[in-house]
Formats: sequence, structure tokens, C-alpha cells
Amino acid sequence: MRDLPLGLTAALTAAAAALTACGGGTDPEAGEMTVFAAASLTDAFEELAAEFEARHPGTEVVLNFAGSSELAAQINAGAPADVFAAADTATMGQVVEGEGLNDEWAAEHGEDGAVFATNALRIAVPADDPAGIEDLDDLAGADVSVALCADEVPCGAATAAALEAAGLDITPVTYEGDVRAVLTKVELGEVDAGLVYATDVRAAGEGVTGISFPEAEEAVNAYPIGLLADAPRPGPAADWIDLVLSQDGAAVLAEAGFGAP
Amino acid sequence: MTGSAAPAGPVLRARPGRPPWPLVLPALVGVAFLVLPMLGLVVRAPWPDMGRRVTEPDVLAALWLSLSTATVTTALCLVFGVPLAWLLARTDFPGRRLVRALVAVPLVVPPVVGGVALLLLLGRNGLLGRYLDAWFGITVPFTPAAVVLAQTFVAMPFLVISVEGALRGADRRYEEAAATLGAGRVTVFTRVTLPMVLPGVGAGAILCWARALGEFGATITFAGNFPGTTQTMPLAVYMAMQRDPEAAIVLSLVLLLVSLAVLATLREKWVNTA
Repeated sequence: MRDLPLGLTAALTAAAAALTACGGGTDPEAGEMTVFAAASLTDAFEELAAEFEARHPGTEVVLNFAGSSELAAQINAGAPADVFAAADTATMGQVVEGEGLNDEWAAEHGEDGAVFATNALRIAVPADDPAGIEDLDDLAGADVSVALCADEVPCGAATAAALEAAGLDITPVTYEGDVRAVLTKVELGEVDAGLVYATDVRAAGEGVTGISFPEAEEAVNAYPIGLLADAPRPGPAADWIDLVLSQDGAAVLAEAGFGAP
Repeated sequence: MTGSAAPAGPVLRARPGRPPWPLVLPALVGVAFLVLPMLGLVVRAPWPDMGRRVTEPDVLAALWLSLSTATVTTALCLVFGVPLAWLLARTDFPGRRLVRALVAVPLVVPPVVGGVALLLLLGRNGLLGRYLDAWFGITVPFTPAAVVLAQTFVAMPFLVISVEGALRGADRRYEEAAATLGAGRVTVFTRVTLPMVLPGVGAGAILCWARALGEFGATITFAGNFPGTTQTMPLAVYMAMQRDPEAAIVLSLVLLLVSLAVLATLREKWVNTA
């Protein structure tokens, strides 16, 4: 007989918890808030999520990392996300055209999202730098083996823009399908150099040295962030974006290799 | 009169012509499952400018590279795989079970991992590769040879397993008879064993060639992707998919049709001679 009220209590508690998780709870600060972010943001956003949860007790940041265009497709198909942080403005454009951004937020921060970081190309060389690379011109040397991104993928478009700005015509030994594959070839010492993003060099750690070059400025990727129109938790989501755009956010992003907007 | 015998004839003849539905039904589902996705490719293909796209130099280069590397791969697999299959099937050396398990490893390892493993062995800083580079000035990655090695790594198990199965199914009394008549082991192998298991070797070689032709992960990891040198058809399809899905469909269809034509021809020859 006593078990029944206990079971009822448990069921009611569970139902209440479920309601809260859906955003229908009485406390607007409690529950989950979902951020869809480009894979290159993994380290920086995980650190910021810990900081955010410390400042907003009861709110849990759920992070979903993947390729930007994949995330954009999921959001436009109705995935329940609050915030989208993309690796380029074109992908954010797809979401602005699709689900759209929160009107109130967009009026204040920008119709196409707010740019919070940039990522520029670097020359990546193995730690022992077998070819003695110092600048972009060295990559054109006859006996220097280079890995580049294929023209078909985003990092390849950036590479082409930088090389055109430098007036260089480099014949690599391989056109890789994504920037991480270029990095792997450099890390294993299979090529003398590759062009990757600054954040990739930072993520690779000791095995890879990054060399900056002026023409990289011609092909900088801007990272926009936006509050989504159908965000289940617009309040905490706006707070999250404020944190990313703040001085503290900038410091964490800089640590991961991102440039200032 | 003869009327009583007449019905018996057609009934007897009809039996082999009507397979039982418990076999036919699943077989039809199987065929549909394998063929319908290909129908998707055919329906979506941009047929009007197919001819122009197919004769682009990059496409022809990728097609030629695919066909030639897959053929060299198959030859290599035959040279090394048939003796390996014979050892596994006909001898009893210590650790044979382990070797047989190891031979199947490339079947379960994701091909990209196989490519990384090949880089760690034969790359410029690899276990063997560093000596090839230092002593002979040979670097394997990013060359057509690397394409062949990547394909051989993933395709050889298909040949070894097929041939080993054929050897185990072959009647050993012929080999024993040849041996009692004074034939040496090599003669027995070349004159008796090999002709007996030839259909198995042929099936294994076709599997091996087909797997090599479709190889992607190990190739792009170990050999890289450079048009004309290491960009095989599957790599060209992947790259095209990033920007121009229609071009990817065209390339896929070309690969599909060419491999179908080759397989149909070979199969016809094989069935007729064996």
C-alpha cells in the first residue's frame, strides 16, 4: 500500500523533469541548452561550456560537433538546436535562409550572425623540418614535397586564394580530401610541408610546426555564431553567445589558435 | 495406349524448370536490393552531356589508372596468394591457425587504417621505408606503385580465401596417385593440383580484381590523390562528390559499366573453358 504513493511521486518527478528538459519548466535558467558547432571548435567550446555551467548552475550545455554543412542540413531539417556556430559565412547563410535566426537577437547582433573568430592558413612542417622551410616561396622548390587540400573542398579554395595572392604555382604530391588528411601527412613526415589552418597546427601539438605567411590574410575564414529562430532555450542561448563574444571567450579561442574577428 | 505415358513426360521435365519459392523469393529480394541502388545512379545521370564528360582527359586518365593498377594488383595477388593458400590448405606448420587469422585481418580492418599502417611501414619515416629512402632513394607513397600496394593489401585476402577453399574441396587422391607414380611435389602442384582448382583461382582473381578496382580508403591514405598519378576512379568520384554530384554520378556509372563489361567477358570465358 505504501509503495503506490511512492511510485506516483517518482512518476510525477520524472514527468516534471521531462517538462523542464523540454523548456516548459518554471525556472527559465534550468535544463539543457544545445549548441551545434563546427568540428574545429571542439576544444575551445568544451572549455567554454565548463565555464558557462559554472556561471549558470542548473543549465547543462549540450555540444554537438560535426562538419558545418552537415550541421546546417540537420538544423534546417528541424534538429532542436539553440545556437549554431559555423566555420564559414556561406554555411551560416544556409541556416539564415532555412530555419532563420531569432529576430530580436539578429536585430541586435546582425542578420547573418555575429563573427566571433577567424582561422587563417599556416604552413605546417614536421618538427624536424627536413626541407628547411621558411616561407611560402620555399614550397615551390623542385625537391620539396607538399600536400595541399583539393580544390573541391573548402580548405582547398582558401589554399588557391592564398597561392594566387602570392603569385605561386605549387605542384603538390597529393591533393587531399580534407585538411586533417594534409595534417596527417605532415605529422607522419611523408611530406616536407602542407597548408592547413592555424587551429590544426595548434591541435597537432609538438609534432608539427606552423609558419605564418602574409598571403594567408587573403583567405581568412570567418566563424559566425547565431541564435536560432526555433531555439527551445533562447535565454541561456543568448547568454552563451555573449560568453563566446566576451573577452573570456576570445582568450579561450586564441588559445586554440583562432584569430580575432 | 500411349496416352497413359504422355503426362509423365512433361511432369518430369517440368520439375527442374520450376525452382521452389522458398529459394526464389529471397533470391529475388536479394537481387532487388543489390540492383535498385544502381537504378538510382542510372535515373539521376545527366545523359545528354554524358559523352562529353566521359571523354574528359582527367576521367580517361583515372579510368586507365584504375584498370591498370587493379590488373597489376591481381597479378601480384596470384603470384603470392596462390602459394600462400596452398601452404594453408596442404601443410601443417606451427602457427598455421594464427597465420590464417592474420591473412583475414585486412578484411576487417577499415581500409583507411590499412593505409596508415602501410605509411608507418613503407612511408618516408616508416619501419622499412626509411631505409628504402636512405639507401636507394626510393619513396613509395604518392606513386602508382603505392596504389598497387594499397590495393594488394586489401584484395589479397579475397584470393587466398577463395583458393584455400577450392584446395580443401579438391579430391586429394589425384595428388596422391601422382605422387605414387613418382611426381615431385612441385610437379604435383603445377600438373595436378593447379588444374583441379583453376575455377577457384579464377573466381578468387575476379573477386580480387573487383575489390582492387573499388579500393578507396587505403589508396587515398597511402598513395594520396594526384590526377594521372594516384587518382583512381573511386578517388575521382569522391573528389567530384564534394563539388559536383552530377559529375560523381557520371564517374560512378563509367566505373560500373566498364567493370561489368570486364567481369561479364571474363565470366563467360571462364564458364566456357572450365
